Amino acid sequence: MSFVSQFKAQARVMAGDLRHRKIIRTALRNYEIVRDVRKASFQDWQGARQLAAETKWQAVNHLDQHLEQFTAKLESRGTKVHWASNAAQAREIVLKIVKDKKAKSVIKSKAMTSEEIHLNDALEHAGLNVVESDLGELIVQLRKEAPYHIVFPSMHLTRDEISELFQRELGSAATNDPEELTMIARRALRKKYLTADIGITGANFAIAETGMISITENEGNARLTAALPKTMISLIGIEKVLPRMEDLALFLPMLATMGTGQQLTCYNTLYSGPRQPGETDGPEEWHVVLLDNHRTELLADAEQRDALHCIRCGACLNVCPIFRNVGGHTYATTYSGPIGSVITPHLRGLQDWKHLSSASSLCGACTETCPVKIDLHHHLLQNRRNAAKQQPSFAEKTSFKLFAFAANRPALWNFGKKMARIFQPLQGLVKGTPVDPAKAWTQTRDLPQLAPESFKDWWRNRK
Amino acid sequence: MSEREKILGRIREALKVGAPHPHSHTHAHPSPTSPPSTPRKWLPKVGETYDEQLALFAKNAAELKADFQLFNSAAEARQGIAALRDKEKWQQVAGHSGDLTNAICPALNLPLLRTDKPYDVHALEACDAGISECDALIAQTGTVLVTNRSAGGRALSVLPPHHVVLARRDQLVADLPAAFALLQQRYATNYPSMISFITGPSRTGDIERILVLGAHGPKKLTIICF
Amino acid sequence: MTVTLFIPCFVDALFPRAGISMVQILEGLGHKVAFPESISCCGQPPFNSGYWDEARTVAAKVLPQLANSEAIVIGSGSCGAMLKVFYPQLFENTPQATLAKQISDRTWEFSDFLVSKLGVTDLGAKFPHKVTFHDGCHGLRELGLKKSPRALLGKVNGLELVEMGEAETCCGFGGTFATKFPMISTAMGEVKCASATETKAEYIVSNDSSCLMHIQGLLSRQANPLKTIHLAEVLNLK
Repeated sequence: MSFVSQFKAQARVMAGDLRHRKIIRTALRNYEIVRDVRKASFQDWQGARQLAAETKWQAVNHLDQHLEQFTAKLESRGTKVHWASNAAQAREIVLKIVKDKKAKSVIKSKAMTSEEIHLNDALEHAGLNVVESDLGELIVQLRKEAPYHIVFPSMHLTRDEISELFQRELGSAATNDPEELTMIARRALRKKYLTADIGITGANFAIAETGMISITENEGNARLTAALPKTMISLIGIEKVLPRMEDLALFLPMLATMGTGQQLTCYNTLYSGPRQPGETDGPEEWHVVLLDNHRTELLADAEQRDALHCIRCGACLNVCPIFRNVGGHTYATTYSGPIGSVITPHLRGLQDWKHLSSASSLCGACTETCPVKIDLHHHLLQNRRNAAKQQPSFAEKTSFKLFAFAANRPALWNFGKKMARIFQPLQGLVKGTPVDPAKAWTQTRDLPQLAPESFKDWWRNRK
Repeated sequence: MSEREKILGRIREALKVGAPHPHSHTHAHPSPTSPPSTPRKWLPKVGETYDEQLALFAKNAAELKADFQLFNSAAEARQGIAALRDKEKWQQVAGHSGDLTNAICPALNLPLLRTDKPYDVHALEACDAGISECDALIAQTGTVLVTNRSAGGRALSVLPPHHVVLARRDQLVADLPAAFALLQQRYATNYPSMISFITGPSRTGDIERILVLGAHGPKKLTIICF
Repeated sequence: MTVTLFIPCFVDALFPRAGISMVQILEGLGHKVAFPESISCCGQPPFNSGYWDEARTVAAKVLPQLANSEAIVIGSGSCGAMLKVFYPQLFENTPQATLAKQISDRTWEFSDFLVSKLGVTDLGAKFPHKVTFHDGCHGLRELGLKKSPRALLGKVNGLELVEMGEAETCCGFGGTFATKFPMISTAMGEVKCASATETKAEYIVSNDSSCLMHIQGLLSRQANPLKTIHLAEVLNLK
């Protein structure tokens, strides 16, 4: 089955799953309330968005300079910086470090880039024990499914489902109390933190001026991942740069506001090196892996370059009516929702993934909410245009050519209306059957009737 | 050619074509004209006076379920931490050497594991509390700013189930821009390898978006300020 | 002034009353209404599907017919956005770029034209019913419309406006999206209908008939007594 057929089949199932839609709607309603309180506390939210957009513009449009500065600073303090053009290279780099260290166990904090390059599979194939430390990621890892949402990996699950999972996979006692379930996970992971050979993190931001990465989290699992194991590896998309450390004074509260409706996420931590002389803990070795993986292609598309400004807050997913009705798994790719629909064609291939850009009503709620003002819904339209230009569908191109032909010939257009008026009652006979030409509409909706007197008829008659 | 050169080469090639500056994409939200480079003007407002800022910090801490205890002297703070020890029934604690920790921790009369000397992480895991100093308290967000240099390493403030922060009243700063300025002033030539903005005890919302404290980091955060 | 009325293809064929109401309102205010009879469509269907050459073929025939208009008024947020926002993009770097920009500058959505251009909010209308308003996405987000429809409804005699929770949420029509991804389109429409029903309104009013067509299709299929009506029709009732 093609990606688009799979998408449509899954969308059909999920759109009809009212229980799932209700869970998501409730979760997001709670998020909206706190998000709006946080937005309202800004003195000028729109001003903040504009500054954030301009700061990211500076960062991405001088990306080479910022990456060079970032790397130089990191290397001056003992960090090893690696550059990976694609997913395979990134996996190779990590596997080599793991092999050199003769590592047996890996603990990970949340890193969407590691999902993107399918790192866990590669590590497990190489015989390593890999544990996700973020509670949501741990839950979906145990369920052997992909994260549902880039910020809330397990938002589609109820406490009962999580309880059953923990009983099955962790041997824990039956309880559906969220606090007790969290404590079960905490206890299960404690030993892993203390004994893991390697800690792997992502990063939310890469600060060029001071050579630091910034990691945002609520649980403290990333702080532990960066404190205890002897070797630390951080996987970062090259687009994550910010020019200066103090840019975080704007970005950290905006990320928290739009990501989770918090004023600030619980732990925002800057790392500038492995354990330095005089320091008593922290990794002895720190490897930073910079990942391209088609980001430079997106960079080269000047029209859509601002998609690289994304701070992965998830706000666009939360407001998207498509996401809310079909859910994150339907997209079948690492990044879902509007941002995912915009960038996946660039990251994985336009023709295979253009359907994500088509599965949208272009309502614009995503663009409106994006804290860095990415022109998301217009990029969806541009993807459609680019896809049609690269490989037009014969059926669509022909029908639109006919459409244009008719639209430009009023006599022909009016004739078409007359014919439609004659045939409409016939459609009523086959309504809902496989031969109904309007089946896509009439399966769930009544068809509007053609007016006996069109506006043009009325206008002509009044003269 | 190294991958580094290839990637930088692709970036430079791509950037030969300029991208449009961010502007209002729709008519609905016109852009303000050239905003200032500091975000202070847009961020949530913070009072101008120390008292207002202190009150704001206390309010934020309460909402975050961080325990903010204000004392008038080191002596009172010593009493405070002893009371905390009794309430929480601490048997072992961890900490580091510093002006404030040296002045306050002896009041506990408990063995103190030092994390600013080589230490055994399993011993730290067995501690009931980690006591550290901090670089600043940030009023705007109720945040404690620590570094691994000022707060006994990377693990002390996150591994034990209770993190106790000792702070002086004059360590209060107004907002995030002020906190970053402080870091620059203090450490610009040699940053600690870890700087952390701690805003409340550890938490998660991953189970049905219900807030639970103490996910992996400390379940309790106490700030003793004097 | 002479107001050129642009009638979307679906209004012409399916919802002429909305167009007729606009004519009568504008003439009632003392303006002359011009209507270029040979315009069939603004070209949005091929445009939204990515076939911009075909869209340009249609739009190129539209431009000269509006070239001499003083003001172009459209009773639809989506067609309004096509002319105002997307025509300049469609004709960028072509000989018609300037003309497209001029037409864009002179294009107004109907409620915005009344309130912002003519400064009129009270049309002496009477519609003694409880209504809720659906903000069509193109009008809301491409054209920035939120206040004008409500300002006009506020002056209608006997009308009670109750806002629905999902007023700004997309109804799910989205043009060809409605038939390319009907299951998602329907789910979105269900959310809209449920929110409207919660208000206990008798009518859903909107400034976009294409949205109303989709919403009404669902309401009728569900045997939901809620009715849909275009803003212009409400404003034309006495």
